[in-house]
Amino acid sequence: MLKDAYDVAVVGGGLVGVATAWGLAREGCRVVVLDEGDRAVRASRGNFALVWVQSKGYGLAPYAGWTVRSSEAWAGFAETLKQETGLDVCFQRPGGFHLALSEAELQARADALKRLHNQPGIVQYKAEILDHAAVKRMLPDIGPEVAGGSYCPLDGHVNSLRLFRTLHTALNARGVTYLPDHRVEAITREGGEFQLVTARGTITAGKVALAAGNANMRLAPMVGLEAPMLPERGQIVVTERLRPFLHHPVVTLRQTDEGTVMIGDSREESTDPRGLTIGVSATEASRAVRMFPLLASANVVRTWSAIRVMTQDGFPIYDQSESHPGAFTVCCHSGVTLAANHALTVAPMIARGALDASLVGPFSARRFHVQAAG
Amino acid sequence: MFKRLGDTGATLTLTVDGKPIRARIGDTVAAAMLAAGIDHCRTTPVSGAPRAPYCLMGVCFECLVTVDGVGSRQGCLVPVAEGMKVETQLGKREAGR
Ligand SMILES: Cc1cc2nc3c(=O)[nH]c(=O)nc-3n(C[C@H](O)[C@H](O)[C@H](O)COP(=O)(O)OP(=O)(O)OC[C@H]3O[C@@H](n4cnc5c(N)ncnc54)[C@H](O)[C@@H]3O)c2cc1C
Ligand code: FES
Repeated sequence: MLKDAYDVAVVGGGLVGVATAWGLAREGCRVVVLDEGDRAVRASRGNFALVWVQSKGYGLAPYAGWTVRSSEAWAGFAETLKQETGLDVCFQRPGGFHLALSEAELQARADALKRLHNQPGIVQYKAEILDHAAVKRMLPDIGPEVAGGSYCPLDGHVNSLRLFRTLHTALNARGVTYLPDHRVEAITREGGEFQLVTARGTITAGKVALAAGNANMRLAPMVGLEAPMLPERGQIVVTERLRPFLHHPVVTLRQTDEGTVMIGDSREESTDPRGLTIGVSATEASRAVRMFPLLASANVVRTWSAIRVMTQDGFPIYDQSESHPGAFTVCCHSGVTLAANHALTVAPMIARGALDASLVGPFSARRFHVQAAG
Repeated sequence: MFKRLGDTGATLTLTVDGKPIRARIGDTVAAAMLAAGIDHCRTTPVSGAPRAPYCLMGVCFECLVTVDGVGSRQGCLVPVAEGMKVETQLGKREAGR
């Protein structure tokens, strides 16, 4: 390997890593992506594919603005990917719903939105509570138990597996080196360069971006950073392909561009990606049928579970190391929603060697130290 | 296209898209349709390409049909019965039907 052959090594080839790597390549960086093999646990292969705005940011108001920024950038991001690869990731932003199955749930939803939008300094966007009749005008197939819901015109969805594949295709076309089966075991720094040690040899790069999902917890301290994580499991139920009937995604249920209905919003503490709790799938499915009774006769063709990349407070972490300048963390839940930001906003900052505090300052892991915050 | 090797055994009648066909007791729905000369049992949900039973042993899911109102059943795993109503599936199924 040539010394300093790469400007940036991205650790992790999930959605966050490949979106960042693509953005770096667009900035003219020579990029290598170091990833595990085909059997790695990847949130990017098992997610729900929403590009979602409503509800985001309670407890950290700037996260709402950060999410809206990505939502606004998404259409252009998808269009650029299409021009580069010829692949359509089927991004749609028809507006999305959160449905309530009782008056109490609807009230709780209204209260939550009010608390969220009352936070000082939060970005303002439209998110409204609608009653049964108003929801029914947009979602004609809802059942009588739906008391109403919240609607936000910024919400959308995408074909997430195709997005993952498209980004890999785009990376390849831009000459980015992708190295599977290169699990990074150790990172050191010598002479202003980073050495990334794998069982297949050591790779050298001028900068390093840690995008290894939950594994950032272990890797970040090697370069003077931290990423406190709390992985959790989610389960998804998938039906056979059905004629289009659901023209807006619901946070727990959406119909894909190819007709399948995906159901799921569960959270469990388990971190076993092979396990599946039937009771959880059954609850998800029965709520879905109460929302849309016509689903009762649809066949389920698949269920799976996947591990969410989750920081301890649920918000993203973006940092540059003080002790190891040139080392960055890029780590978050909602990596589908934020893919446009990672590609178009975070990657250029890494290429320049400085994170713009006015945009990502609130997402430093320093927030986890209460004493330091004062 | 397909011919039965011997022609013994009791028969029964089922319908495919409302048209009666004869089948042998013990046939699967997929085998009965093939023996009756029906060359496809569905069209695919995405591209609309015609599909026929293929593996005849439950792994390929090419043989999906609606049987007595229940959609997307594997025809190669369902034994025929007298009076059974089989419907071919065109494209995506309509939810609630
Ligand atoms: C059930 C579920 C539903 C979700 N729904 C949505 C949704 O609707 N909308 C949304 O925006 N987000 C959703 N998400 C979240 C989204 O999927 C994740 O935020 C995103 O995929 C995270 O991407 P990642 O690249 O950080 O992590 P991962 O996809 O987990 O990838 C991490 C990568 O790092 C690699 N790696 C790990 N350790 C090392 C190492 N030492 N060296 C090299 N490589 C390493 C792994 O092999 C892997 O390829 C959902 C997640 C789940 C689980
Ligand atoms: S023909 Fe293959 S599953 Fe029925």
